[in-house]
Amino acid sequence: MITKRIIPCLDVRDGRVVKGVNFKGLKDVSSPVKLAEFYSDCGADELVFYDITASSDGREIFTDILIETAKKVFIPLTVGGGINTVADFDRVLKCGADKVSVNSGAVKNPAIISEAAKLYGNQCVVLSVDVKRVDGVFRVFAKGGRENTGLEAVSWIKYCVENGAGEVVVNSMDTDGVKGGFDLELLNAVCDAVSVPVIASGGAGKIEDFITLFKKIPKVDAGLAASIFHFGEVKISELKEQMFKANIPVRR
Amino acid sequence: MIAIADYGVGNLFSLKSSFSAIGANVLVTGDAADLEKADNIVLPGVGAFKDASKKLFDSGLGQALINEAAKGKPIMGICLGMQLLFDKSFEYGEHKGLGLIHGSVRPISDVIPNDLKIPHIGWNALDLKKESPINKYINDGDFVYFVHSFYAAGCDEFTVATAEYGAPLTATVQNKNVFGCQFHPEKSGKTGLNILRAFAETGANL
Repeated sequence: MITKRIIPCLDVRDGRVVKGVNFKGLKDVSSPVKLAEFYSDCGADELVFYDITASSDGREIFTDILIETAKKVFIPLTVGGGINTVADFDRVLKCGADKVSVNSGAVKNPAIISEAAKLYGNQCVVLSVDVKRVDGVFRVFAKGGRENTGLEAVSWIKYCVENGAGEVVVNSMDTDGVKGGFDLELLNAVCDAVSVPVIASGGAGKIEDFITLFKKIPKVDAGLAASIFHFGEVKISELKEQMFKANIPVRR
Repeated sequence: MIAIADYGVGNLFSLKSSFSAIGANVLVTGDAADLEKADNIVLPGVGAFKDASKKLFDSGLGQALINEAAKGKPIMGICLGMQLLFDKSFEYGEHKGLGLIHGSVRPISDVIPNDLKIPHIGWNALDLKKESPINKYINDGDFVYFVHSFYAAGCDEFTVATAEYGAPLTATVQNKNVFGCQFHPEKSGKTGLNILRAFAETGANL
């Protein structure tokens, strides 16, 4: 039986992990390579590297970091941030990424989904969507959540999956940062609409939030989070132990 | 030396890194002469069977693999590379494989309940069915990473391990010196590296 995946997300700028992290036994807490190794060792099922670099110099450093990480970490690696063209897919795949996550780039140019899927296969194309309720409607936001695109989220996700997106990361801006749990209403709506793996993001504050997610919405495949893992509020090994005890299929 | 057959299909970066990580001497090559010199050969692959099969035979590496397999050289196919070891595939038509293992490649939708998602993607446990040198460093129930929509059928005799996904899907196969993994050992953490290590030890590499 396929297990539910736990995925830490690392925001990388100029070759360093942005949000400060604090782990015992980890000296260089902002080295993406060291952190990736650490997470891989403690049971993370997959890693997401998000490139939040603005400059082209920073982008080169990012790809170097990616190569170093992919040489040492042998679990699936997804890369996102600044993916606007098929050439961007090519650049990060050559450096060892297994999947590429596209967000605003797909809003600007929806054809990138089908083009990349044709070249690299659907399994390689991850659609990432930032969603926020506006007057009771789920809307897609672009540019790091700053711009309301006016697109209705569930139909946008459905459209992208029909065109070749092999997985969807659903990030709820309404629950993100609140630490009150995942956005079950939104995730339910997405899971009902598509048959590809759905990765829940935004809102996890404690272990129980993951248990509730997988129990209430068995169709969700994975839970993604950043700071709660980085700050040690949720330890992946402990999270997986609790999931196992709750009869949720998990890799231990 | 372990040769990774490069016939223009898929990303070989992680595979090469994994063999380096276990201390094996590895060469990515599109040259049939290198396959002849190698102690072990790895046949990778992602994407569509038809294209990959054509590229493999057109490049001359297909025939080289058949020749080296006949000499008893250890060969391991990974993911689509494993599927290419079989007689044929029914992925969008009917296409010829290398014929190194008897059986055929068919859609998993033939055998799994229709409420399960396709592709079969993620970490799944290995059910070890048979003794094999490549199981040397792993245990029953160890997890490996899968991404596939087709599976090897009619090959019970060669099936070393399966993974349960509504049906027991072929995960590892062996026909004498020819091995195959449906999953990605290079993306399966320590378990995956242990499988690659065991394969490398079947030759003269470590």
